[in-house]
Amino acid sequence: MAVGDSASKSLVVKVEDVTKVYGAGETAVHALRGVSLEIEQGEFVAIMGASGSGKSTLMNILGCLDIPSAGDYWIRNLNVADLDEEQLSVVRSQLIGFVFQSFNLIPRTSAASNIELPLAYQGISLSKRRERAREALAAVGLSDRGKHEPHELSGGQQQRVAIARALVTKPAMLLADEPTGALDTQSTQEILELLHDINRGGSTVIVITHEEEVARAARRMIRLRDGHVVEDVKWVA
Amino acid sequence: MGSLGLREVWRFAWRGITANRMRSSLTVLGVLIGVSSVIVLTAVGTGSAVSVQQSIQKLGTNSIVVSSLGGGRFSRSANSNSKPLTVRDAVALNDAVKAPDVKSAAPVLQAQGATCTYGNLASSPQSVIGTWPSYFEASNSPVDKGTYWTADDVVAGRPVGVIGSTVASDLFGTDNPVGQVIRCHGQSITVVGVMKTKGTTGFQDADSIVISPITFIQRSMSGYGSIGSIQVEATGPTTTTAAMGEVTSIMDAQHKIKAGGTADYRVLNQASILQSSSQSGHTLTVLLAVVAAISLLVGGIGITNIMLVSVTERTREIGIRKAIGAPKSAILSQFLIEAMLLSLLGGTSGVLLGLGISHFTILGVKPVVSLSSVLLAFIVSALVGLIFGGWPANRAASLRPIEALRYE
Repeated sequence: MAVGDSASKSLVVKVEDVTKVYGAGETAVHALRGVSLEIEQGEFVAIMGASGSGKSTLMNILGCLDIPSAGDYWIRNLNVADLDEEQLSVVRSQLIGFVFQSFNLIPRTSAASNIELPLAYQGISLSKRRERAREALAAVGLSDRGKHEPHELSGGQQQRVAIARALVTKPAMLLADEPTGALDTQSTQEILELLHDINRGGSTVIVITHEEEVARAARRMIRLRDGHVVEDVKWVA
Repeated sequence: MGSLGLREVWRFAWRGITANRMRSSLTVLGVLIGVSSVIVLTAVGTGSAVSVQQSIQKLGTNSIVVSSLGGGRFSRSANSNSKPLTVRDAVALNDAVKAPDVKSAAPVLQAQGATCTYGNLASSPQSVIGTWPSYFEASNSPVDKGTYWTADDVVAGRPVGVIGSTVASDLFGTDNPVGQVIRCHGQSITVVGVMKTKGTTGFQDADSIVISPITFIQRSMSGYGSIGSIQVEATGPTTTTAAMGEVTSIMDAQHKIKAGGTADYRVLNQASILQSSSQSGHTLTVLLAVVAAISLLVGGIGITNIMLVSVTERTREIGIRKAIGAPKSAILSQFLIEAMLLSLLGGTSGVLLGLGISHFTILGVKPVVSLSSVLLAFIVSALVGLIFGGWPANRAASLRPIEALRYE
C-alpha cells in the first residue's frame, strides 16, 4: 500500500475548502461551506457538532460514500476527485474502514461472513479470509460469536462485529459515524475502549459524535457549526 | 485491483435466492408454468396436426374417386345428356398410354340396404360393394385375416367376399370367419378375408362393409347397369394431381364433354379434403402457441417484478456492500446471476414438466413435442430474466453508496 510520501508528517486526510450543496436554487441546502482540515497518521479525532452542522456530510465525504460539490480531498496522496467509480471502490476497500451508527451488518449472514466480506471483495482466498476474520473477531472479543447472525447478537456485539469488519482489511483510517448512538452506557464504554485500543495500535480513528463523553475519549476535537469548522483543539490523553 | 472470485458472487446470489424462499419459489413457478405451457400447448397443436396427417395417410394420398353427378343409378336425371358411370369408363381409365400416372382404376358398384346373416346372427353393412381386386390397394384396405379374392374370381363371378371387421364381429364374434358362408340379399357368399379395422369417420363406419367381385354383385343383386363410382389409384403421392388431370381428360372423352362444357361426373382426391382440415389444425397450433407465449411473457414479467422488488428492498444492503468496498461489477453480477438462476430453475423444471405432461393424451390428442418449442421457451425465459433482472440491478449498482444507504 502506498504511504503518503512528500510531507515530513504523514497525512492521512487533507481536506481543502470543501463544500457540499444539496439541491439547487432557492431550496439548496449548504451542508458544508468551505471546510479545510488535515489529519495525521495515528490521530484519534472526534468530529462534533449539533444536528445539521454538516458533520455527517463531512464523514460521508471522508469515507468516499459521497462526493464534494467543490474543493479537494486527498486520502494519503490520492486526490479523490481524480478517481473513477472503479478506483473509488478500491479506495473504500483498501484504505477506509467504515462503522455506522446502525451497525449495517448484512442480514441473515453470520458475523464471520460479514467480517470476511470486505476481504472477499479484495479477492483474498477463502482460507486466508477465515483466518483473518477469526483474528478480527478475537480482537473485538467475540471469538465465540462467529456463527451467529446479526439478529442473534446484542447491539453492542453487532457494533463490535461491524468494527471487526472495518478493521479486517487493515485500513489507513477507521471512520465511525455515531458508533455509540444506538447503544446503552455499558456498551458505549466497551466500544470506546475498543476504539482506544485500536488507536493505540497505531490506527487513525475518526469518530463523529454529539456526545461529550465520546469526544473526551479522543485526543483531538473538531467542532462544526453551520458547515464551518469553529473549533479544533488537541490534548494529551 | 482486488477482483472478486466468481464463486463468491455465485454464493452471494444463491444466498439472495434462499434468503426469501417463498418469493423465489413463486417466481420459479411463474416461469415453470410459462415454459411448460409453451411446450405442452404447441405439442398438442402439433399432435393434432400429425393425427390429421395420419388419417390422410390412412385414406391413401394416392387415392382418387370418380363419382357420377347424375345421382344414383335409379335416379332420373333432369339432364338427359347426363350419362351414368359404367364399367366401360373404368376400363378406359386403365390405359397406360393416355393415363401413365394412373396405377389402377376399379369400378365400384354399391348395393344398399342388404342384410347379411350367419346362423341366427345378422348384420346390416352400410355398403355391399362389387369391384375389382385393385380396389383393395387403391382404397387402402389391407386384409387382417385370410386373403383377397382375385381377378379370376371376377371373371368367374364367384360368390366370394372380403368383409369389414364390424361385419365380422357382428356375425362371428371372435371366431374366425374365413371359409364360412354368409347370406347377403338372399345370396350365399363365402368369406375369404377380413379387412383390417379402419375406424369410423363421422357417421360412416368404414368397417361395416362387404366387398365382392363386381360380376357377382351385378348378376345376383344390382344388374348390369351403371355403377356408383370408380376408385382410381395414382402411381404415387406426387403424381396424384397429374393422374387427376388424365382421369378428367379420359372421362371427358368417354362422356363426350366438350371443352368448357359441364361435366356429369366429379373427380375427387379424398386427401385434398383432409388437407384443408389440416390447415385448420395449423391455425389451432398457432393459436395455442400464442396463448403459451403470453403465459411465458407473464412468467418473464414475474421475474422482472421480483428482481425489481428484490433490488429495491436490498438497496440498503447494496449501499453497505459498496461502502465496504464492493465494486459495481460485483454487485451487478450478483443480481444478474440471481435472476439467471431463478429463470434457469424455472426453465429447467418447466421443460421437465412439459415433457412429462406431453406423455399423456390430452383431449384425445397425442402431443408431439418439438425441439424448437423447448429451446425457444427455455431461451426466452433465460433472456427475459437476464434483461429485465439486469436493468434494476444496474440501476442499483450505479447508485452512490450514500444514496443507497439512505434508501429506506
